[in-house]
Amino acid sequence: MDNFITRRRRHELLVAAGLLVFAIVAPMFIKDVTTLNVIILSLLFAGLAQAWNILGGYCGQISLGHALYFGMGSYVSTLLYVHAAVPPSLGMFAAAAVGGLAALLVGWPCFRLSGHYYAIATVVVGEIGYLLFLNWDYVGGATGVYIPIARPSLLNLQFGKDKLPYLHLVLAFCAATWLAAWVIEGSRWFYAWRAVKDDVVAARSLGVNIFSSKMAAAAISGAFTGLGGAIYGLYVGYIDPDSVMAGHFSILIALPAVLGGVGTLWGPILGAALLIPMKELSSSYLGGSGRGVDLMLYGAMIVIVALAQPQGVVSLFRRRAHGPA
Amino acid sequence: MALLEIRGVSKSFGGVAANVDISFVVEPGEILGLIGPNGAGKTSLFNAIAGEVTPDAGEILLDGARVSGLGPVACAGRGIARTFQVVRSFDSMTVLENVMVGAFSRTASAGAAMKAAEETLEFCGLAPRAARLAWELSPPEKRRLEVARALATQPRLLLLDEMLTGLTPTEAQEGVQLVRAVRDRGITVIMVEHVMEIVLPLVSRAVVLNLGRVLTIGVPGEIVKNPDVIRAYLGDRYAAA
Repeated sequence: MDNFITRRRRHELLVAAGLLVFAIVAPMFIKDVTTLNVIILSLLFAGLAQAWNILGGYCGQISLGHALYFGMGSYVSTLLYVHAAVPPSLGMFAAAAVGGLAALLVGWPCFRLSGHYYAIATVVVGEIGYLLFLNWDYVGGATGVYIPIARPSLLNLQFGKDKLPYLHLVLAFCAATWLAAWVIEGSRWFYAWRAVKDDVVAARSLGVNIFSSKMAAAAISGAFTGLGGAIYGLYVGYIDPDSVMAGHFSILIALPAVLGGVGTLWGPILGAALLIPMKELSSSYLGGSGRGVDLMLYGAMIVIVALAQPQGVVSLFRRRAHGPA
Repeated sequence: MALLEIRGVSKSFGGVAANVDISFVVEPGEILGLIGPNGAGKTSLFNAIAGEVTPDAGEILLDGARVSGLGPVACAGRGIARTFQVVRSFDSMTVLENVMVGAFSRTASAGAAMKAAEETLEFCGLAPRAARLAWELSPPEKRRLEVARALATQPRLLLLDEMLTGLTPTEAQEGVQLVRAVRDRGITVIMVEHVMEIVLPLVSRAVVLNLGRVLTIGVPGEIVKNPDVIRAYLGDRYAAA
């Protein structure tokens, strides 16, 4: 099967490998902690947006409740470590399982709703989860949970003050989500999901099972989001519902994909590379109350992209698809 | 043995009877016309055969096995494919990818699906448009795309819902040739049309529906002379003539 699609996919893999090598090596020469922090967060949200894109982009099920899977991932890995001494290097896989399971549980009733109603339902479910964790004493309630500081080790995924290992960990997460998306693009799911997104009635007339297609996308998306949550918890060392489960996380997970290009392979990474540095810079330069200002900047950016490049920033790099083939 | 058997199918939507006690059989290898004036219940019956709606009463058998009530996914799996009266294309996907969605119902391999889709596009005369996005196609091309997508599921029975309606005479002729070519591949075809002069020369038999009931079943020559059919289409005054 040596055709234009195979060639394009091979090309994508080569570009990704090149970027990966660059992203492993380049930060070794960066000593500035703030810069490293921005890179870590950008990679994290690139991975999260890639995970969101599997459900929201490919399958067209807009979720505004991914903070729930993210937060549950952080809690699972942290609590397993605190209460059961399970090292986070294992706990993060439990976090992924729980994230995927949670997405399935949300999907079971909510995928019976179509279009905007699914999006609205995910907002509500996300808020319910946030309130539950806020009032649940076993998981620390509003006080949150500290991850006990251990001797730096790969098993505990603790590296003390050294940021570089965290960066490489988050990079591995980002690369894994990209690779998952790439594999999906070569599978029948990729076609079924986009058919579901474009026209449900036509899709099922061709033998595409709508419900299980959505559930499969949700499970993969939720699992990677839970994994990202676990890694984030390790990195910040302390979690509470506000820092891992608040509603704005759901938006922050979806935005890079929307900004970069919904349903595209490179959109989430591109969107995160633009959005997260801008967010971090604006909140550090525009003062302690800059939270509102950086949200205004997002808003402006989204409006500009929506007006000028509704397909996302990634479409700037694409050869014009509508010229003579 | 009949490929498809419809036994006493009735379906009402909120008190409006769309189909009342409909029965007929479809023989393998034939092109059957399903005709009748607007509102006769043609599309409703189509949706029942395709599994999109479940009849209130009666049953539909494909090769002797009940398919009514199984839903569209199972019907597609058993070999019933369809097109839609109002064209439904996957607009964000290319023409080739649209057809691949159908092909994936018979294979899990992307390479095999692509090969099958390419062959089907070639058969339907859409190969030059394979790399285009579906929304870029002209209306007659979109109808061809629907046929190609349905054929890619390797059906035994193909349901064409007003595939020739709204086309210019030349386009309609090309459509007719495509339907014949499909039949020559051994695929049984049921066509819904309300324009009689297009469909009658093409079909081996026609089922005429009126007000949700079977008015008559016969070969095209009988149909056009049947006073009931003339009355249904033109009114009482013409039936006497």
